Amino acid sequence: MTVATQSTAMPTAEQHGFRPHSDGPIVPVQTRSERFRSTAVADFAPVTGREHEWKYSPVAAFADLTSGELDGARLEVTSTDAAGVALSWIPREDERIGTAGLPEDRAAANAWSTFGEALLVAVTGEDAKTVTVTRSGLGSAPRAAHTVIEAAPNSRALVVLRGTGDARLAENVEIVVGEGANLTVVSLQEWTDESVHLASHFARIARDAKLKHIVVSLGGKVVRVNPSTHLAEQGGDVEALGLYFSDAGQHLEQQVFVHHDAPHTRSRVTYKGALQGEGARSVWIGDVLIGNAATGTDSYEQNRNLVLTDGTRADSVPNLEIETGDIEGAGHASATGRFDDEQLFYLQARGIPEDEARRLVVRGFLAEVVQQIGDAELEERLMSALEAELQGS
Amino acid sequence: MSVLEIKNLHVNVETDQGTREILRGVDLTINEGEIHAVMGPNGSGKSTLAYTIAGHPKYTVVEGEILLDGENVLEMSVDERARAGLFLAMQYPVEIPGVTVTNFLRTAKTAIDGQAPSIRSWVKDVRESMGNLRMDTAFAERNVNEGFSGGEKKRNEILQLELLKPRFAVLDETDSGLDVDALKVVSEGVNRAKANTGLGILLITHYTRILRYIKPDFVHVFVAGRIAEQGGPELADRLEEEGYDRYHVAEPAAQ
Ligand SMILES: Nc1ncnc2c1ncn2[C@@H]1O[C@H](COP(=O)(O)OP(=O)(O)OP(=O)(O)O)[C@@H](O)[C@H]1O
Ligand SMILES: [Mg+2]
Repeated sequence: MTVATQSTAMPTAEQHGFRPHSDGPIVPVQTRSERFRSTAVADFAPVTGREHEWKYSPVAAFADLTSGELDGARLEVTSTDAAGVALSWIPREDERIGTAGLPEDRAAANAWSTFGEALLVAVTGEDAKTVTVTRSGLGSAPRAAHTVIEAAPNSRALVVLRGTGDARLAENVEIVVGEGANLTVVSLQEWTDESVHLASHFARIARDAKLKHIVVSLGGKVVRVNPSTHLAEQGGDVEALGLYFSDAGQHLEQQVFVHHDAPHTRSRVTYKGALQGEGARSVWIGDVLIGNAATGTDSYEQNRNLVLTDGTRADSVPNLEIETGDIEGAGHASATGRFDDEQLFYLQARGIPEDEARRLVVRGFLAEVVQQIGDAELEERLMSALEAELQGS
Repeated sequence: MSVLEIKNLHVNVETDQGTREILRGVDLTINEGEIHAVMGPNGSGKSTLAYTIAGHPKYTVVEGEILLDGENVLEMSVDERARAGLFLAMQYPVEIPGVTVTNFLRTAKTAIDGQAPSIRSWVKDVRESMGNLRMDTAFAERNVNEGFSGGEKKRNEILQLELLKPRFAVLDETDSGLDVDALKVVSEGVNRAKANTGLGILLITHYTRILRYIKPDFVHVFVAGRIAEQGGPELADRLEEEGYDRYHVAEPAAQ
């Protein structure tokens, strides 16, 4: 695949310093570890759009979420039942709140400052189980939310956090993965065309625990989900996957941060997206920080975009910062490609009509991520949702 | 009785340096069940002819016609041509990440027949054809041509030829890069397809060795964008001995 309509992989003005890494040329480094964090919205200056964390986002489209007053009341939530997964509302003062991470941008701090109670999803028990938590029809007034997903030591579950209907939502999601636990979290954005959703996810991974984190963004005018994972203890493992399909006028963004902070931790980041239609945009920023303590780290991150029409724009910015020389491997890849006309020709030369040939290729491209979710029913549902996106062209 | 007619075909390609004339008046008629070998030096336009028949958008027909049983092929889209019964086995088959061979074959078969094949007989047909071509069944679950060796890609082309059952097939250097065993297996596949369906074949090759297994009825020498000479199978032997020198190929299609 070759040229994109537009693709950027340039260092930002705030990036400085150069360090070699194992995969090809030297990359600019953003000292992510030193980035400012606070739960208080007043600690952040008003958003102008020039800040490194906002420079790719249409900040004017959601000024109410970064600087307006938010409604912090409980969200309308429904959930499927599964033995070993309990939902409850916990007060702001609960000691679990703030254990996985702290806001790094003003929208997250605004949400943190105003949420009333947090939704706790508590996972226990070693049996595999799936629970889907749906937030539906949150309305068009700006709101704040806080969710804590806590997996007890050695527990196992797949938790789907799904959004449908209208929303103007700023939220924080904390994911606390206990020792030896194996947790999958799917954040599924299927909002209406006018919705805006700004989310920060913070995950803390304990010893020998594994998190599979999957961001699927399909619907919404502006959807920004920024997952940040702290591999805090030895043997932790994160598989960070993402899938997005950006249509005309949609802005889908994800800033992915993985902090290797203990020996023998592993991370794999794979985000794939398709862009179709005038003004379809996507942003992927992948920061990996391999700290001093993180000897024996094994890390790889990649972002791939498939451009289906003119008039789209995909920004893809990988960053890797390595503070220890003693690592197993670290690399990154980023590519934004046009739909390959030779593939199209090959399929058509076998009698397959053009539109079907296109669908076949795009489906194949995105299926790679879908197939890793590990829940047949959800995989099937997502494939048909992608199908619907493709039909909508 | 099916017939594929190519009449006075002139084809240009757009390059960065401007328009280039590649085919300069090709005439060729292939009847059902006939095998026509086309041989010629590198760059003489053989693949251009193959791609033009299949309808690749890079090539512009400036003069002439291609008719399939009197129907104007040039007015058809690429997929319409395939559904009308034309098949191109490519010199360099394309990789399609994320699309398995199984899925691809079923989709193509459904498109060509206008209805999905009955599952039981289709699975059996695919398995049988793969067996005949000595393709491991594991290929069925791999992505189309992804990571296939050169020889495996060529077998995969012939697998499609056998399963899609076209009326006319253009085989563009299907023999290149094959060892002797693979060459035999692939040739058998082509001969089987011909025996089963009365396929007409345009076989593009540089080497006479494949002609030991696939016997041509006619041999055409392709030079500088047109057919310079034609004859029977004996012409191939002569080319093998003498090369293309006597056709003055010092300046091929280049200007
Ligand atoms: N898409 C293209 N862009 C530019 N030039 C092209 C293109 N396709 C073909 N040509 C040129 O047209 C001429 C004929 O090419 P073609 O591939 O048809 O030759 P061929 O006879 O198949 O050669 P070979 O035996 O090497 O396969 C060559 O000079 C080639 O460089
Ligand atoms: Mg060729």
